[in-house]
Amino acid sequence: MTDDEVAAAFGRLPQLVNNRSSLVRRGRFLTTEFLVGAGDVPVRIAVHRGSIAGVERGEALMRPWRFAIRATADAWTRFWAPVPEPGYHDLLAMTRFGTAQIEGDLQPLMANLRYIKEILEAPRHGR
Amino acid sequence: MAVEFEPIVGRYATLRLDGLPCRIYFEEAGQGIPLLCLHTAGADTRQFRHVMTDSAVTDHFRVIAFDLPWHGKSFPPPGFEEAEYRLTTQGYTEAILAVADALELDRPVLMGCSMGGRIVLNLAAHHAKRFRALIGLESADHQTPWYDTDWLHRPDVHGGEICAAMISGLVAPQAPAIHRWETLWAYLQSGPGVFKGDLYFYRQDSDYRDRTRLIDTNICPLYLLTGAYDFSCTPDDTLRTAAAVPGARATVMAELGHFPMSENPARFRAYLLPVLDEIRRASR
Repeated sequence: MTDDEVAAAFGRLPQLVNNRSSLVRRGRFLTTEFLVGAGDVPVRIAVHRGSIAGVERGEALMRPWRFAIRATADAWTRFWAPVPEPGYHDLLAMTRFGTAQIEGDLQPLMANLRYIKEILEAPRHGR
Repeated sequence: MAVEFEPIVGRYATLRLDGLPCRIYFEEAGQGIPLLCLHTAGADTRQFRHVMTDSAVTDHFRVIAFDLPWHGKSFPPPGFEEAEYRLTTQGYTEAILAVADALELDRPVLMGCSMGGRIVLNLAAHHAKRFRALIGLESADHQTPWYDTDWLHRPDVHGGEICAAMISGLVAPQAPAIHRWETLWAYLQSGPGVFKGDLYFYRQDSDYRDRTRLIDTNICPLYLLTGAYDFSCTPDDTLRTAAAVPGARATVMAELGHFPMSENPARFRAYLLPVLDEIRRASR
């Protein structure tokens, strides 16, 4: 996948997440904006009480995000393989091996880690 | 009988560990060569329930597991309410030897996973004569830290949820869902600061790169088995450790992660049974 294709996959998160009631419930205490890096393309994801409220491409001037998760398009592509190979099967495996980077205020990420991991994995299952 | 009982039987005993009385939970199944099992950091004996209900194992081995103090059904020692829990090489070693003595185990096989696999290496270096064979699952002489353990115990992050979410990716994608979630449940349940306190041992007090050269596998054979999906103790970590110990036997287990015995019991037994058979043949 290219950077643009990975960004487009993130763009489908509202459909992939918002009809999964157990996943939305898991994130019900989270309202925030975070950024994912699809290679060189930044994608801002707004979460409102566990639902994906919006996905926007590009940096927005003077608009903050709480935390960012960045990886190359190749890494996201491997991460979303139906059966990912070792090292690309989990967000923290990718950060451990340096293929993903996390920065910013990690508290809302850590307090909702299962939820965030599951929404990032949603394109793998395409559901 | 209206139900079919599992063969696992549990009991409690109070052992003196580090000068304090500790009420320890043990469970066991089977008969034969004693096989003492050590759970991972932040977990408990339930991880071995499939080994203990596998007749291919229990026909020949008396499988025993115990919950370390602070874990599972073992209480923390008196005064814990004022203590910060920190497992150490010395305390962990003492606990294992005390259990083996208390149960009067005759040169047991010792099988430990993760931090249990780490301490196996210390016992191999310093107490090999007390054991018949040593099996390190997800075992290596050292680990490069991959996150800040302060996240595991603080008031603004739920301890059980974060422990499970941090390690959920250590379960391989191929693990059946029921076993994946039973494995994670132990982490969701573990007491506040317990996983973090275990990781003190794992990260700060068990760099064994200085003692692998002391291990003599002629005295006690050493088997190391690591899952291909384990990114905490990686296959490379295990292979590096095995390369430093002449005679150590290392195997990388496909489609398994950091919790082979609980995350995918059917796949794990295909790797474990040949090792146990070899140990049994050598014991005759």
